[in-house]
Amino acid sequence: MAQQAVETHELERVTIKFAGDSGDGMQLTGTLFSDESALIGNDLATFPDFPAEIRAPAGTVAGVSGFQVQIGAVEIHTPGDEADALVAMNPAALKANLSRIRKGAIVVVDKDSWEERDLKKADYDHDPLQTDVIESYQLVQAPITSLTRETLKDFEMDTKQKDRCKNMFALGMMFWVYGRSFDNTEKYIKQKFAKKPKVVEANLKVLHAGYSYAQTIELFGSTYKVAPASIEPGTYRQISGNKSTVLGMLAASVKSGLDIFLGTYPITPASDILHELSKYKEFGAKTVQAEDEIAGIAMAIGAAFGGDLAFTTTSGPGLALKGEALGLAIMVELPLVVINVQRGGPSTGLPTKTEQSDLLQALYGRHGESPCPVIAASTPGNCFDFAFEAGRIALEHMTPVVYLTDGYLANGSEPWLIPDVNTLPEIKVQKAKEGDANYLPYDRDEETLVRKWAIPGMKGLAHRIGGLEKQDKTGNVSYDPQNHEFMCKVRAEKVARIANDIPDQKIIGEESGDLLVVGWGGTYGSLLTAVTELQKQGKKISLAHFNYINPLPKNTGDIFKNFKKIVVCELNLGQFQKYLSETFDYDFLKFNKIQGLPFMIGELKWRFESILSGGA
Amino acid sequence: MATKVDEKKKLTKKDFTSDQAVRWCPGCGDYAILTAVQNALAEIGKDKDDIAFISGIGCSSRFPYYMETYGFHTIHGRAPAFATGLKVANPEIDVWVISGDGDSLSIGGNHFIHSVRRNVNVKYLIFNNEIYGLTKGQYSPTSRVGTVAKSTPYGSLDRAFNPASLTIGSEATFFARVADSSPKDMKELFVQLAQHKGNAVVEILQNCVIFNDKIHADITDREVRDDHQLRLEHGKPMIFGKEGNKGIVLEGASFKVVTIGENGVKESDILVHDAKRQDPTIAFMLSRMRLPEFPVPMGIFRQVEESTYDEDVNKQVADVKTKKGKPDLQKLLNAGETWTVG
Ligand code: SF4
Repeated sequence: MAQQAVETHELERVTIKFAGDSGDGMQLTGTLFSDESALIGNDLATFPDFPAEIRAPAGTVAGVSGFQVQIGAVEIHTPGDEADALVAMNPAALKANLSRIRKGAIVVVDKDSWEERDLKKADYDHDPLQTDVIESYQLVQAPITSLTRETLKDFEMDTKQKDRCKNMFALGMMFWVYGRSFDNTEKYIKQKFAKKPKVVEANLKVLHAGYSYAQTIELFGSTYKVAPASIEPGTYRQISGNKSTVLGMLAASVKSGLDIFLGTYPITPASDILHELSKYKEFGAKTVQAEDEIAGIAMAIGAAFGGDLAFTTTSGPGLALKGEALGLAIMVELPLVVINVQRGGPSTGLPTKTEQSDLLQALYGRHGESPCPVIAASTPGNCFDFAFEAGRIALEHMTPVVYLTDGYLANGSEPWLIPDVNTLPEIKVQKAKEGDANYLPYDRDEETLVRKWAIPGMKGLAHRIGGLEKQDKTGNVSYDPQNHEFMCKVRAEKVARIANDIPDQKIIGEESGDLLVVGWGGTYGSLLTAVTELQKQGKKISLAHFNYINPLPKNTGDIFKNFKKIVVCELNLGQFQKYLSETFDYDFLKFNKIQGLPFMIGELKWRFESILSGGA
Repeated sequence: MATKVDEKKKLTKKDFTSDQAVRWCPGCGDYAILTAVQNALAEIGKDKDDIAFISGIGCSSRFPYYMETYGFHTIHGRAPAFATGLKVANPEIDVWVISGDGDSLSIGGNHFIHSVRRNVNVKYLIFNNEIYGLTKGQYSPTSRVGTVAKSTPYGSLDRAFNPASLTIGSEATFFARVADSSPKDMKELFVQLAQHKGNAVVEILQNCVIFNDKIHADITDREVRDDHQLRLEHGKPMIFGKEGNKGIVLEGASFKVVTIGENGVKESDILVHDAKRQDPTIAFMLSRMRLPEFPVPMGIFRQVEESTYDEDVNKQVADVKTKKGKPDLQKLLNAGETWTVG
C-alpha cells in the first residue's frame, strides 16, 4: 500500500494515557513508552493509576487501570492535567477517562471490545462513540483484538494467550504516532520472557504489526515529534520513588558503615520498598517480613539497639499501629527511620491512590510528649536524597525520623540525574567509646543534646534502657516529677536543634511579591509548573516548597513576611496550614484537594489567579 | 566451657547484679528466678557485655534493670519482636527474653508464636502466675475457668491457654517447665537452655503472693510434688511418685499411669523420654498431662536442633555477598538503562 503523506508536527510537550482492564497490561505498556521516550532525551513524568482490587470484574469501570505520561522537549514536572492522546482498550477505560482528556485529543479504541455486553459492563446504556460527545475528539477505531489474533494466526497459542499481546499492538501504534523507535522495548521483551521464546516472538510480531498498521492505514492525520529536552548535563535513568528510596537507604548504609535492617509488613503502596531492598543483600541488607506492622517496627528498634541502621516501612494505617513503638524509640533515643508512603485514608480509604493526609499523624499521632523529626520527599528522584537524609538525621541525632512519601511519588517515575557517590557526605555515627568507664547512656553533647550509642557486645558499656522515664544522664528509672518535666523538655529541644543541621528554606522566584505559594512533599511538580507559568505571565508569585517539616528550616518565619498573601496547597484538608498557623502569625490561605489525585495545573492556576485578583 | 572461665576469672552472681534496688513484692517468686538466672550466667561464663535481656511489660519485665548486662525494657507483648531484631542484627549476643503469661500469651500472643515458629535463637522465660500482677489482679489467658479476679467477680469464663501446648504447636525446638520453688532445678535448666542452639521457651510456674498465692501449690508443694510431678529426663523412663514406682506407658494413642510391680508391669515397660525426637507428637501429649489424672511433667519436653532464623538470615546475606562480590553503590545507581545528556 502506498505510503500516505502525513504531516509531522513538532510538539513542546504531550500527555498520553494508556487505559484498559487491569489484566490488559497497561502499566507495562505505559512504562515501555516512557522508557523509550526517556532514552531519546525527553524529560517526562509518569502517573500510574490502578484499581484497589487485584482483578476487579473485567470490563467494569472499577477495574480500569491507567498509566499517564507527559513527555517534553522542555522540563516536565507533572504527568500532565489532561491527556492529548488516550488509548482505551474497552468502553470502561473510555468512561473512566473521558473527563480527563483535552478537547481535540486523539482517542484510540479497540473496536473489537465494543460489543453490547462490553458497553453494559461499563454501565453504558448507549454507545458513546455514537454520540455528539465524541465529535470533539479525533476518534480512531482500530480492530486491535482481531488484528492481534490475525497476526498470530500461525502461532500455537490459545486465544487467551494471543489476546494478552494486544497491548503491544496498541503500543506499536503509539510508537508510530509519536515517532519513537522501540529498540529498548524489544530488548525488554526478550529479557522478560527469555525462557519463553514463543512469547517473545509473539509480542514482537504484534508490536511491529501495530506500528505498521498505524503507518499504513490512514487513521491518524498527523504524526508528532517531541524533541529531546535541554536538561542538566549528566547521566540519567528512569526511576520511581520507591526505587530511589531504596537506593537512598543503601547509600546511607554505605556512608555510615552500618548494615541495613528492614523490619516491615506488606502494605500498599510501600511493599515495593521491601521487594526492591530484598534484592540487594550483597550490601549487607537484612530484610524481615514480620508477622504484623507492630512487629515490623519492634524488630527494627531491636536491630537499632543491636547496632544496625534500622528502617521500617508502612503506609497510614500501619503508622497508626506503629505509634506505641515509635513512642518507645523516642523515649530511648535510638536511631530509626520510619518510611510512610502515604495513601488515601482514613482506614483502608483509597489504598492505591495518593494523599498527604498523614502529616498530622506523623507529627503528633502518638501518646505523651513525643517529638519526632519529620521530612518529606518531593519528587520520585529526590526520594533518594531524603531517604539518605532520614538515615543521616536518625544516626547523627540519635532519634527516630518519620520520612514521608506518597503513592504518587512512590509509583510515578521521572528521569533521574544519577548522583556521584563521592559527593555524598559521610554519616557520623554517634557511637560510645568502648571501655569508657565514665559512659552514661543519657549523657548528652552540649550543643546537639545527642546521647552516645553503646551497642551490646561493646566492652565495659553494659547498661539498661527502657520505656520507663529515665533519670537524666544515668538512664536509671526515675519517677521524680522534676526530672520527668526536664527530660520531656530535653527530648523536645534535641529535636528542635536539628534545625541547626538542615539547609535554609529556598524560594523559587522573587523573595517578595504578591503571592507566596507554600507546599510540601509530593505536590512539588504541580506547584512548580503552575507557579512558573504564572511567573512567565509577569505575575509576582513565588513558591516555597518544604522538605523539612519538623523542625522547620530556621529562616521559615522570615520568608513569609515579604509576601502580601500566602496560600498553602495540600492534598488533604489543610494539615500543613494548621501546623504553620500554630507557629507563625500570618493569615495562611488554603487550597486543598482530597480526591486521591494529584493537583492539576489548571486548577492551581485558577486558584492563584483568583487570589492575585483580590479573592481569598 | 567452665575450664575456659577458670583460666580468666571465675564469675559469680555478683558480676550479673546491677546496682538497682529490686522492687518486687516481698515473697514474690521472681526473686528466686533472678537469683537462678544470675547463678546460671556465672556458671556459663559468657561476658556480661555479650548478653542482653529484653522484656515486655509486667512485673517480670522489670527483670533487665536488675541484671548487670545489656538490657532493654520494651513495650507490652512485643519483646519477642525486639529480640528477633536484636538477634538478627547482632547474632553474637546471647539474647534472653523475660515475659509473663499476660505479656506473652495475651497482648503478645502473635509475636510469641512467630518467634517460636521462626526458631529465633533467644532464651525465652515465661513467668506464669496465671494472673495480671502489675495491673493489680485481673485474670490472665492462663487463668483457669472460674477464676475470681478483679475483672471477674463472678468467675472467668474464657478457656485458658496451655503454654506448653501452644509452644510445641508453634513448631518449638525447645520447651521446658520448671517451678520457681526449685532453685537448683532452675539454675541447671537455665544452663542447658543457654546451650541449646535455637529458640528455647521455659514456662516457670511462678507464685504471685499478692494476687494469686499458691496457685501452683498442688504441683509444687513439698508434700505432694513427688506424686504430682513427672521429672522428665532425656533417655530415662518416665517414673515418678514418692515410692518411685509409678510410671507412664503408652496405651494405644494415649498415656496411662501404671504402678511398677502391679499387674505384671515391669520398669522396662515404662516409656523412655526422648526429648530429641523430631516428631513432636509425644512432646505434645506430655503437654496435655494435668492433675489429677496425670502428674505434671517438669523439665525439658523437647529439644531438637534446627538451623536458627538469625543464622539463616545472616547466612543468606553472606551467600549473596559471596555470589555477587563486593557491592558497588555507584554501579547500582547506574544500573539499568541510562543515557547521557550534554
Ligand atoms: S504482684 Fe505478684 S508477681 Fe507482681 S511483684 Fe508482686 S508478687 Fe510478684
